[in-house]
Amino acid sequence: MTRVTRFAGRDPGATARMAGFLSHLRENGWRLGVQETDAALTSLTFVEAAKPEEARRALKAVCTGCKDEALRFDALFDSYWMDAGRVRQKVIPKLSAPQIGDDSVHSSRDAMGQDGSGAGQSTAPDGGQGEAESDGEGKLIATEVRNLSRRDLRDLVRPEEIAEAEQVARRLGQALRDRRSRRRIAARSGDRLHFRKTIRKSLATGGEPIRLVQKKRPDRSRKIVALCDVSGSMSVYAQVFLAFLAGLMRGDPTADAYLFHTRLVRITEALRDKDAMRAIGRMSLMADGFGGGSKIGESLERFADTYAKRFVDGRSVVMILSDGYDTSSPETLDKAMAKLRKRGCRIIWLNPLKGWRDYAPVAAGMAAALPHLDRFAAANTLDDLAALEKELVTL
Amino acid sequence: MTWNELQTDLAAQNYVAPDDLAVALHLALSLERPLLLEGAAGVGKTEVARVLAAARDTKLIRLQCYEGLDAAQAIYEWNYQRQLLAIRAASEAGETGKAVEDRIFSRDYLLERPLLAAITQSKPPVLLIDEIDRADEEFEAFLLEILADYQITIPELGTISATTKPIVILTSNGTRDLSDALRRRCLFAYVDYPDRETELAILNARCAGIESTLAAQIIGFVQNLRKEELEKVPGIAETLDFAAAIMGLGIADLTADPAALQATLTTLLKTQSDRAHITTEVAQRIAGKAA
Repeated sequence: MTRVTRFAGRDPGATARMAGFLSHLRENGWRLGVQETDAALTSLTFVEAAKPEEARRALKAVCTGCKDEALRFDALFDSYWMDAGRVRQKVIPKLSAPQIGDDSVHSSRDAMGQDGSGAGQSTAPDGGQGEAESDGEGKLIATEVRNLSRRDLRDLVRPEEIAEAEQVARRLGQALRDRRSRRRIAARSGDRLHFRKTIRKSLATGGEPIRLVQKKRPDRSRKIVALCDVSGSMSVYAQVFLAFLAGLMRGDPTADAYLFHTRLVRITEALRDKDAMRAIGRMSLMADGFGGGSKIGESLERFADTYAKRFVDGRSVVMILSDGYDTSSPETLDKAMAKLRKRGCRIIWLNPLKGWRDYAPVAAGMAAALPHLDRFAAANTLDDLAALEKELVTL
Repeated sequence: MTWNELQTDLAAQNYVAPDDLAVALHLALSLERPLLLEGAAGVGKTEVARVLAAARDTKLIRLQCYEGLDAAQAIYEWNYQRQLLAIRAASEAGETGKAVEDRIFSRDYLLERPLLAAITQSKPPVLLIDEIDRADEEFEAFLLEILADYQITIPELGTISATTKPIVILTSNGTRDLSDALRRRCLFAYVDYPDRETELAILNARCAGIESTLAAQIIGFVQNLRKEELEKVPGIAETLDFAAAIMGLGIADLTADPAALQATLTTLLKTQSDRAHITTEVAQRIAGKAA
């Protein structure tokens, strides 16, 4: 057991080491609070804590919360506790300056530490856009070379458009009502009797149920999952679509958004930023390779294999915003669409080219996707998107 | 009790628990916290609860989740028919309103559903909340109240506190993200497909008297089959069915009779495209590797 980390003589003891381990996990994006630290310490009293393997298993049960975390835990455990005999000087890291976008930690830390020390930062001269700004003039030489592939999306979208798009997105969300809720709630008129309320009311009339309360199935909203193509051929339309995505995320708290070109990026978290323009800035940082080629099939397949398994279900509407010009094989796209379809979701493809006269979906990729779609519609402008509302009601 | 003893207890019930799972289960019992088990279908998540109940000689209360599951089916419901009758009888007898109200909203008229039943037992039962990811987010909120304080509030009756704390096991297939609040309340263990040794131990525990070379061959076959690109990867339950089928047909060697092997594959492969993918040749190749 020479691999075990040794601790400096002046460190304050086991409790501090455990707190240090928990903050080590937090730095790696874990969502843990004080309660977990307590539970972690208590858990060690129920196993033979001196044996590293037992301690590892106990802490794993307490600290992890999902499959991804469970798979990453061993590496993080090793890096803290099994540091090849090296001496760890400080068990508790100093309170570092809060990182912008570090919203992964919640619980009491949000309320106290981050608020207190974060206040100075938010009034800093860069207006809190540090992350986004650094992409601008500061690194001119470095970015010049890649200028073609990395454009700042903030040049494309204006705040007014986002506000307008938010309206449209909200209306679309309203239109996409799911009428299949299995749960019933009390209502003036409905298809079944609400016994509980009826009997309660009948007591006032001597047990005679005069006023019948009924229950009905309420409408449920659907979850919109938007995938936007930002390859070169789509850059003309990017303005509309990006504004729409930003608006969608702001108007609908359950929506989910992705960008793809040759890769797929989830931008939901970035777009939830309170400052609309900063959100776009963060998004452009993530959309490296914007304006390049597109591999729709592979991107969608990746989506179907990963995110869709978690976020797409029978209540979702998957909205693909793309022109269908694909450099990967149509078979890949066909397979990916079939897989996605199996999640039970509705799929809408909005193609800006469809608005053209004499357009026929002959591009191999588009033709392959067509049989899997619930709706195939044109969308060049925000007005077009707004006009979709009527169609979506019948979906 | 240490986790090794727990592992032995479970083994006595023919359940082979990997070390990770045994420690998590031991901690859940010691810390009195719910345990969330996640993993693919058919890796034995539900079975843990059943076996644990048997090992501790206590009752298993099971709540199967589904979309639209609500308080009336999960926690409690008033017995409306009885209430209506009671009101009728009371008006004949000339009973006053207040007395009637007190009577029809008493425990006698309450139908216990699994969650309420679980906290009102005299001996701590095992409460299995199966496939929690199938229930909707609203249901998680109900569940949080119960898992936090082990009490249930009924507006007409007041708050019912737990007489004993149940041992709560939640299972999830990971089809939907559970809320952070729920995850934080629970200990967590990820149950993966078992490795070769564990699965062999499970097979030997469940199918007593299986010949050792055949058992090794079966496990080798299934382990290799899982590496193929399948839509639905077979779990442990499927392995046991497969072994039962092989033994039932009296096959002593998987490579001996390709047609018979192909026929028994129905127990492992559950979709049409998987069946089409594993042709006789592929099955023989896998069986050859396993031998």
